[in-house]
Amino acid sequence: MTSDATTGDATSPDAGRPLVEVHGLTKSFGDLHVLRGIDLSVDRGSVTVLIGPSGSGKTTLLRCLNSLEVPEAGTVRVDDVELDLARRPTRGELKRLRATSGMVFQSHQLFPHRTALQNVTEGPVFAQRRPVAQATAEATALLAKVGLADKADAYPHELSGGQQQRVGIARALALRPRLLLFDEPTSALDPETVGEVLAVMRDLAAEGWTMVVVTHEIRFARQVADHVVFMDDGVVVEEGRPDDVLGDPRQERTRRFLQRILDPL
Amino acid sequence: MTADTWDLVASSIGPLLSGAVRGTIPLTLISFVIGLVLALVVALARLSRRRVVSGLARAYISLIRGTPLLVQLFIIFYALPSLGLVIDPFPSAVVAFSLNVGGYAAETIRAAILSVPKGQWEAAATIGLDHTLTLRRVVLPQALRVAVPPLSNTFISLVKDTSLASTIMVTELLRKAQEIAAPTYEFMTLYVLAAVIYWLICLVLSAGQSRLERRLDRFVAH
Repeated sequence: MTSDATTGDATSPDAGRPLVEVHGLTKSFGDLHVLRGIDLSVDRGSVTVLIGPSGSGKTTLLRCLNSLEVPEAGTVRVDDVELDLARRPTRGELKRLRATSGMVFQSHQLFPHRTALQNVTEGPVFAQRRPVAQATAEATALLAKVGLADKADAYPHELSGGQQQRVGIARALALRPRLLLFDEPTSALDPETVGEVLAVMRDLAAEGWTMVVVTHEIRFARQVADHVVFMDDGVVVEEGRPDDVLGDPRQERTRRFLQRILDPL
Repeated sequence: MTADTWDLVASSIGPLLSGAVRGTIPLTLISFVIGLVLALVVALARLSRRRVVSGLARAYISLIRGTPLLVQLFIIFYALPSLGLVIDPFPSAVVAFSLNVGGYAAETIRAAILSVPKGQWEAAATIGLDHTLTLRRVVLPQALRVAVPPLSNTFISLVKDTSLASTIMVTELLRKAQEIAAPTYEFMTLYVLAAVIYWLICLVLSAGQSRLERRLDRFVAH
């Protein structure tokens, strides 16, 4: 099912086409219109950071990219999997879209009854039906890559917040996804462990992974992002290169938001 | 106590233990296992999004919890024959107790499944597990930890409830005590002896419950 293309592959015929395209996306929860016509495009091998006040719809947008939320209208395309909400999607279509990406949650959501290694091999072995030995070898390498080679047999509760989140990243990578989604990966962490998680994410960006990141880490966005999207009230207010959107925002709403975040007092 | 009483205790203990080993214990174990399987099915049905399915489960649970176990037992053993359905005492008791455990444990299991955070379902979905695998690999193992203490209580209650089977002629511990006591009028000795044996069985089970809970707790922070 999932191809071996783990990173942006420059030789593929689709290389010129964005990996992710979203058009006219809307989503409400009851009377609350969370997304009100979103367009988004994510290039292969690029890092897109979504910023905005809470309630702006950025997390919902991220969750529409892997169909954890099903939008009401619009289209979502990730690589060759397209979801057109003109008609009700089938469960199989939602699953196919979901299989294109790996996700890292704000509250890690590791499986507490499985060791770090088992958390990482769970998807490859039980969902993707890959050979156990191969999945274990790959998971061991991934844990080493996020700096947790010695924690393979630890249960999540034995790990610090930053370590848990790095296992979460390894678990997402083990799926060999085409896209990595991060939902505020450092918001629930103690300040001193934020850096180790951001460092892993920076390394992944350097390796050419396509990433969409919801975060309040403005410094990370400036240093690592290729594209920054500022959302407010269910719409994209402003987007562009980090230096422009974060350094010299055109919109008043963007400016006010950045001021509040960078100088809370 | 007289020497006669001690003689009676000595001569009764064998038959009573045999009643426990051949009646009470197998009746409890078989009914509990079948009841648990039934309870899991009913709990999942109760959680189903299909109205009819969850409605049926709800009705079943309500019926079991709203009627006395002794009445359920009598309907199966004494009333069903009038519909042409005759079941022997022991299987009748198994059916009644299984249905009873199924109703009570279903609510326990349902609550335990609901106690697993929604994020765990989502994480399972993002790594590609389907509904069945998510239940089996992610949700039920965590729900089990929550369900073990209340299910242990159900189990221990069941040991004692099986004494009701004496009323439909199942030769279990209490029935044995009655049989020995009746011709001699030694009710005090025999019933106290039966009570002690029930108590010992429950003590052993309580110890087992504590061990099981400790084992299941090993992956949780304290």
